[in-house]
Amino acid sequence: MNTNIETFKYDNRIVRAFAIVTVIWGIVGMLVGLLAAVQLFFPEANLNFQFITFGRIRPLHTNAVIFAFVGNGMFMGIYYSLQRLCKARMYSDFLSWFNFWGWQAIIVGAAVTLPLGYTTSKEYAELEWPIKVAIAIVWVAFTVNMFGTILKRREKHMYVAIWFYIATALTVAVLHITNSMTMPAGWFKSYSMYAGVQDALVQWWYGHNAVAFFLTTPYLGLMYYFLPKAANRPIFSYRLSIIHFWALVFLYIWAGPHHLLYTALPDWAQSLGMVFSLMLIAPSWGGMLNGLLTLRGAWDKVRQDPVLKFMVAAVTAYGMATLEGPLMAIKTVNSLSHYTDWTIAHAHGGALGWNGFLTFSMLYYLFPRLYKTELWSTKMANYHFWLGLLGMIFYIVPIYVAGITEGLMWKQFNKDGFLQYPNFLETIVQVVPMFRLRAIGGTLYLTGVFMMAYNLYRTAKAGKFEPDTEAQAAALEKGPEIAHGKYSFHRFLEGKPMFFTVLAIVAVLVGGMVEIIPMFLIRENVPIIASVKPYSPLEVLGRDIYIREGCLGCHSQMIRPFRSETERYGDYSKAGEFVYDHPFLWGSERKGPDLAREGGKYPDAWHYNHMDDPRSTSPGSIMPRYSWLLTQPLETDALPSRLGALRRVGVPYPAGYENGPAQKDLQAQALKIVGDLKLGSVNCETNKEIVALIAYLQRLGTDIKSAPVTTAAK
Amino acid sequence: MSVVIILILASLLVGLVFVVAFIWSVRSGQYEDTTTPSLRILVDEPQNKIGETKTTLK
Repeated sequence: MNTNIETFKYDNRIVRAFAIVTVIWGIVGMLVGLLAAVQLFFPEANLNFQFITFGRIRPLHTNAVIFAFVGNGMFMGIYYSLQRLCKARMYSDFLSWFNFWGWQAIIVGAAVTLPLGYTTSKEYAELEWPIKVAIAIVWVAFTVNMFGTILKRREKHMYVAIWFYIATALTVAVLHITNSMTMPAGWFKSYSMYAGVQDALVQWWYGHNAVAFFLTTPYLGLMYYFLPKAANRPIFSYRLSIIHFWALVFLYIWAGPHHLLYTALPDWAQSLGMVFSLMLIAPSWGGMLNGLLTLRGAWDKVRQDPVLKFMVAAVTAYGMATLEGPLMAIKTVNSLSHYTDWTIAHAHGGALGWNGFLTFSMLYYLFPRLYKTELWSTKMANYHFWLGLLGMIFYIVPIYVAGITEGLMWKQFNKDGFLQYPNFLETIVQVVPMFRLRAIGGTLYLTGVFMMAYNLYRTAKAGKFEPDTEAQAAALEKGPEIAHGKYSFHRFLEGKPMFFTVLAIVAVLVGGMVEIIPMFLIRENVPIIASVKPYSPLEVLGRDIYIREGCLGCHSQMIRPFRSETERYGDYSKAGEFVYDHPFLWGSERKGPDLAREGGKYPDAWHYNHMDDPRSTSPGSIMPRYSWLLTQPLETDALPSRLGALRRVGVPYPAGYENGPAQKDLQAQALKIVGDLKLGSVNCETNKEIVALIAYLQRLGTDIKSAPVTTAAK
Repeated sequence: MSVVIILILASLLVGLVFVVAFIWSVRSGQYEDTTTPSLRILVDEPQNKIGETKTTLK
């Protein structure tokens, strides 16, 4: 028996730092969300200011709450619990603070670049390539720091929470690198290396697993630590928690295609995603029950303790979201729910309930312990709980009603076989009252967060911060199997090479992807529909404006093969139409009509007036005005680098096209559009952004309208 | 659809890492005892008296 007792200190400073920024970014992220929510029924709330218009702040909101609020909350909980579970200080204080400041710098970078319109448009991966590189570096620092701590642990058994943390660190690295393969075209512009349907598959493989491994697995690890600690009783079944972990890890990564049901993605991939999604119910509910049953016989504590209240609600929300998710992944359900606000309701059930409430419970648990005092006001924390719960209900229920209303109205035919609501606007006007209610719900939830911030501030003022907690534990005995050299593999894993393994995996991934992708993908960009041609230079710039303004936040470009959609929008979308789409712009949400076949539906002058003031052409529309597009000059200087980058990812522009001929083609097309605008009695110069955007919108879906479809076998 | 090859490879890589980790965890005896680890996490801060009730193992 080893009796070599060692004394060491847990680092509380890093935990406190992450806790404080969690609260701050939480408030910021939710305020931005509220501003976006208000614009959905009162578009003028953007003050006609492009930087705070819905399309640009929607990604700011999602990035802020996911990566800044939940991300910092995750680091806070991991840095606190990992040290105590391993009975060791973090491996390196330098890496801890590098992790902290690096992550905050990335968040600030996001907060500056997203309103400016620097975005890749890929959901939850919008940040442009220099920030993506920074994320990879900071993430590796975190991973190394975590593995270093695990290796110097003084507790042989690795508690189940640690496994959840490991899964998070490794998988997020793989996801991030795979989905970030872009071709830079200048400092803050890049094009996805993947095109169309392939880009969509990679994106939603990432998008789904970001939810799985950024919002779910780390928080499950935190639940398995903080819930037993707060209740002061062991987890209901430790065995079940182990099964929960391994089942999730092996099932989650295959479920991504359920975001693309009934799209141009091949059927077999859709079915695979659906089957794995349904299988996920089992481990998820095992985990939820494990958490709730831990409190058996302790429900009297739940009545008193706000920490436990938040946890119970969080775990219940986890159970609801993980049942609802698989149900929405069933194709029949999805045909109704997809593109509607139902998706938003589902996401917020998970975000507000599971991530939000668990974060609040951790904050209420940690502040008194870090500051060696009692919580300033338990009563106020209880009010926060009820206000938060009420806010959630007011947020989610109206949005469910809105989502199902939209889905049903879009599909409704009258008895003569025509669409009951042929004008998309009718379906939106119908749900606007629900958007108002949702904003009230969000306000209630946010008010609770302000109350928490004040409560935690008073707690910190009343107590005295303990920068380091002293602890004692025996050094880890080398296991007998090591001493006898029986399991040399164990020795290998326990040794230094672990760091290099982490670094090597990242390096191999980056290198491998860079080599593999051009080989596989560019060759396949031979059009399978002969009439589909690359975008013209003016259309490329117009498409970039479409991306910059975040149009895909409200407009999809993917017509599903349902009669209700083909009647409304035109022929259903085919995979071959998107071979030059770097990135794909299918979208995931319809607050406005689908635009996949928008080209030629309206005259150029209609688009001009519609962009200037949507309500002049479509009374009751909730689209913001884009009047700045009418005055801002089109930057054609970027054309060579953009066309060059597109050619490098496989778009067949002739060699040297960008230097000269492209500019001439651009001018010719712009002149034609200005001429068409004159016919509609609109005077506009050729060098305005609106001209490029009209060029792009008029191109959408026209390639296969003009010529018969020739589908080659593939 | 050749991009699925990349995704399957990346997914299998993740899967493989975890298969190895699983085999290691079982062989090194991580799961020999499935009771005490859940109790042990409750008693790691003996000197932290303020703000929590005293923990006793039954």
